[in-house]
Amino acid sequence: MSAEAQMREKLLIGLEPIRLDIINESELHAGHRNSPGTGESHFRILIVSPKFSGKSRVERHRMVNALLSDELAGRIHALALKTYAPEEPVG
Amino acid sequence: MSQQEIHDWIRKQIAANDVVLFMKGTKQFPQCGFSGQIAQILGYLGVDYRDINVLDDMSVRDGIKSFTNWPTIPQLYVKGEFVGGCDIVREMFQEGELQQMLESKGVAYDKSRLTA
Repeated sequence: MSAEAQMREKLLIGLEPIRLDIINESELHAGHRNSPGTGESHFRILIVSPKFSGKSRVERHRMVNALLSDELAGRIHALALKTYAPEEPVG
Repeated sequence: MSQQEIHDWIRKQIAANDVVLFMKGTKQFPQCGFSGQIAQILGYLGVDYRDINVLDDMSVRDGIKSFTNWPTIPQLYVKGEFVGGCDIVREMFQEGELQQMLESKGVAYDKSRLTA
């Protein structure tokens, strides 16, 4: 399974999001010094989940980091994260 | 150094300095775009901070991740408290929350830079 599909599955199960965008930006970093060149190294993720309601930014990121701990320890080099509760405007 | 010794060393740095940024590279020469963004925000706000280059020492690079239980670098500490990584610090800055936090914790910054 691709890293993207694997992350999608874990986030869908763990956070039951009403919106989940996973954008692979690895190509943008293909020539960059620390880029592993696997095509699965740099991702941008936007999540809207009711499970984020009443949680601080750090708590939300910790929830995502825990779900993706295997990926973050392995092939993912960079993850840009935006987290929203359903009642918050998505910016 | 053992992990315990590294954690003790980190604890000392964040106790001795109001603002500490664990980053890749230095504030003058960041070696990662995410680290550079936080350095730029702190520079813009005129915050006096200690930069710790994790690329200088593999044990610090691993140690700060386990110390904070946070898998990525950069990591910003203010008055001994973990604030967040690049995304969180940038969002807080854009919302004016970072400035409010510095104010409430009594950390000096350039007040003329109130808005993003």
